[in-house]
Amino acid sequence: MSALAALARVEAFAADRAVPLATVRHVHLSPHPLVVVPILLAGEAAAPLAALVGTERADPQLLVVRQPRDRDQRFAFLADLARIVVGYIEARRGETEVVEATRNHEEWERHLDAPQLIVPNPGGIDALRLLGRSARFRSSQGPYPVDPLVPVLGRYLTWFAEDRAPTAGSSVCLALTDVLAAHWATGQSALEDQHLAALLAWIVPERFATAGQRLTGSQAAALAEDPGRWPSAGPATDPEFDTDVLSPLISAQRNADGDPAVERRVENELRAALGERLAPTWDLMWQGIELLRALPEAGHDGHRWMVDRGRFTDFARGVDEGAPPQPRREGAVAAAKRLADLEAAQESYDKQRALDDPLVLAGYRVTGEAFAGTVVAVDAERQDTSGRTPKPRPHVWLRTADPVVLRKGTKVACPQRPNQRPVIVAVKREGEDHIVELELVDGMGRRAIPEEGSVPEEGEYRCYSTVLAAERFPPPPLPEVAATPWTHGGPPAEYMPTGADHDEEWH
Amino acid sequence: MPGRIAGESVADRSADARAVIERVTADLLSGAHRGVIVDSPPGAGKSTLVVELAKRLADTGEPVMIVAQTNEQVDDLVDRLATAHGQCGRPDSGDDSSHDRRSLTIGRLSASGYVPSDRVVRHLGGADAVDDSVTVAGKVGDLGRPEVTIATAAKWARTGAADWPEGGWRWAILDEAYQMRSDGLLAIAPRFAAGTALFVGDPGQLDPFATIDGDRWAGSAWDPTDSAVAVVRSHNPDLPVHRLPYSWRLPASAAPLVCKAFYPFTPFEAGSGPQDRAMKVSGVGSALAGSTGFAGPVDQAIDLAAESGWALYELPARHTVRTDAEALEACARLAARLVRREATVFDPAYAEGRQVTADRIAIGAAHRDQAAGIRAALDRLGADLTGVTVDTANRLQGREYDVCIVLHPLSGRRDATAFHLETGRLCVLLSRHRHACIVVARAGIPELLDAHPHTDPVHLGVPVKFPDGWEAHQAVLAHLAEHRVPAGAGR
Repeated sequence: MSALAALARVEAFAADRAVPLATVRHVHLSPHPLVVVPILLAGEAAAPLAALVGTERADPQLLVVRQPRDRDQRFAFLADLARIVVGYIEARRGETEVVEATRNHEEWERHLDAPQLIVPNPGGIDALRLLGRSARFRSSQGPYPVDPLVPVLGRYLTWFAEDRAPTAGSSVCLALTDVLAAHWATGQSALEDQHLAALLAWIVPERFATAGQRLTGSQAAALAEDPGRWPSAGPATDPEFDTDVLSPLISAQRNADGDPAVERRVENELRAALGERLAPTWDLMWQGIELLRALPEAGHDGHRWMVDRGRFTDFARGVDEGAPPQPRREGAVAAAKRLADLEAAQESYDKQRALDDPLVLAGYRVTGEAFAGTVVAVDAERQDTSGRTPKPRPHVWLRTADPVVLRKGTKVACPQRPNQRPVIVAVKREGEDHIVELELVDGMGRRAIPEEGSVPEEGEYRCYSTVLAAERFPPPPLPEVAATPWTHGGPPAEYMPTGADHDEEWH
Repeated sequence: MPGRIAGESVADRSADARAVIERVTADLLSGAHRGVIVDSPPGAGKSTLVVELAKRLADTGEPVMIVAQTNEQVDDLVDRLATAHGQCGRPDSGDDSSHDRRSLTIGRLSASGYVPSDRVVRHLGGADAVDDSVTVAGKVGDLGRPEVTIATAAKWARTGAADWPEGGWRWAILDEAYQMRSDGLLAIAPRFAAGTALFVGDPGQLDPFATIDGDRWAGSAWDPTDSAVAVVRSHNPDLPVHRLPYSWRLPASAAPLVCKAFYPFTPFEAGSGPQDRAMKVSGVGSALAGSTGFAGPVDQAIDLAAESGWALYELPARHTVRTDAEALEACARLAARLVRREATVFDPAYAEGRQVTADRIAIGAAHRDQAAGIRAALDRLGADLTGVTVDTANRLQGREYDVCIVLHPLSGRRDATAFHLETGRLCVLLSRHRHACIVVARAGIPELLDAHPHTDPVHLGVPVKFPDGWEAHQAVLAHLAEHRVPAGAGR
């Protein structure tokens, strides 16, 4: 936790109400997100019990597995879920735009929309990942055939939960508590923040109050922790439900020995019980989404969503063309590529948030990665005459009250001119302040005299940060998979999907 | 020559160390292994080994590539290689392989913005140069086929296949291989995949890090966030592993502790004996004491460190922010007193004594803002302290000083996170000194450690790292407890 986030928590505690951590919304919100509340059977790795799914607040669909340990029912459930999820995904694949060819890529078409799955908490993403893993290797032929949509669902769920969800800046698969906690600080612990009801209680306590009642954040959170009123948002059910409701119903089925009347009764009772317990979470999900919708969109929102749309287009085409399911484990080359990808995404997301949001930039000032102050002097005429043609190299002096930790030679940038990366030439202490001398080396046009407005002027207030000046180099080329060197185990055996892929220890 | 003065034991140790170099050479030249690993404790002559091996491998007539991690390290190696092997016909004392006086040709690959440092320029030829054995270029093809080519890992990863010698490089030396990430190795390995590689590094120092959570690969044999050596070894468990046996940097007072705390299963000793090194500080005159106010405990800590090699300057227990003003001030005042009391150090190599000037002192911390705070405190104490190095553990790796002042990573903390517990961080900080080390810390760290047992998830297939940070910190604190100087209540 950064010092600024810690301070915000202290403030939230003192004010007894959540405090904003961001001035804009740093995730994209689709106008039609697919909200999914997955519920797994406690004690089993990936035995689905229920899911509440839908794109409309007024129209949730409840899927229930009557006997979660029965594998036929499990895959019947996944087939039902697949019809909803894959149908939703197909509906995003309508119109496309043409992306012009670049040096490295020929012209291609990108979907104008992309799917967005929103689950209550990180556990929900993990549940999708496990369901994806159990579904993607199944086949509609051979022994134990499943619905042909099940392996397709498995691939998509893997893509959502394992590929995109950990990628910084991607919004196709979101855990609502994570997103809310990134935008508001509460007076409770990070662990407590993973409880959707308690988190929302700190942000909008009045929603938890009865008519005429006035609640503070902590009072509302205390109410929200009542599992009778606000049951668990999954993926695990609470033990009381397991003992008092689920267990008797499962025993009843076992004792009935396949009697259809009993099975119907059990199914109806389980449905009713789960529907009742999931309804409050469903409401909270949409309240949370509403809260986020109310925040202004971040400047880079469109760009990030465009990347998501592009990745979605690629992946959906791969599924159409019958690409094999994602392997159980990535090979050495694939893992190195993904690491490079994830690190690049993290770096650009950090940079974009700092550019879009002064509160994020303020966090870097606290850690010494940024400083802000007023321009006190400018030498706009200064030139470097060592070369054949003189180059403009203006110097700018900035007075700041921030403790400047950055060293001579560090490149920095400010949100007003993100493409200009001045170099710190000198840092001098003056009383309590520091005077930072910057040399401008780029972003002034191509002529001998800097372009109009490209050099900061005296009296301007600027915040310069190293995070904004981070330059991204394309990752170095990696060997082809077939040329994996001996240091990394040599070329791996070619991956052929086999029936044994789905034999997991937990099956 | 250390051997002549300190007696036979040091000569024996030098011979032991040379024997390791011989065995490494034999393993490499035998062609029986695709790679050889050399583990080196702090200051054990790793660079000497690299410089020596580069020449021996080049003498086979086949191209050698050397990979280092930073430009600084590359320039250091270029200078050392050129100085050792770059000049024709210059007698090399103490080496009887004098039949071979051929000069070694060295190519230094660099990125476009690179300006050769002074120590490289000396070897580029021209009027003021000592030799012309080094060529600098941005592309392998422009180097003119030198016997040895050196670059950073990042630069090597971007050399196009068209430029490679036929069949790639026969020999590769990877320096600081424990600081190299596995994915970085994957990018450069094709260049020497048909040849033999020598991995050299210090397993006790800071592990490479990723800016994202790498748990998804935990337990995989090619975890891209792991160190290059770990991945090479997990795929090639039969590679021979050699170990340099003596630390020539660490004094006899420090080697046993560093070894016990950080290298419990790979013992090493100090290359010098307890009598070989000494540190003396002039007495505390009243005028001196008066110049920086009441400096009693500070002087006591310095005296103790001079006498025993260690001191723990202990501030009263307190939870503080990261930039604990009192602790930062204490670090700066210790450095100031060391300089102003004109501490002198002795070693067979400088038997007449050498003054501990500001540039022979380093202050190490865990965080950059702490380093900045100490720098500011030094600036307030006087202009004579500008030469003191203040830096984080990451940047102090591979450096050497006479005296090190260490701000303990857990000082004043309420929790013991993986970052602050990391063995490598503490090991770097406690193994930079030739003579003495003074640790500045708030009291109560052992209690903090007891209150924070391991909570990190355990992953299947991940070898247990031993010693863990908890264990190493306890070992260090137990030792430092015997060298404790309480700072008293406040200033």
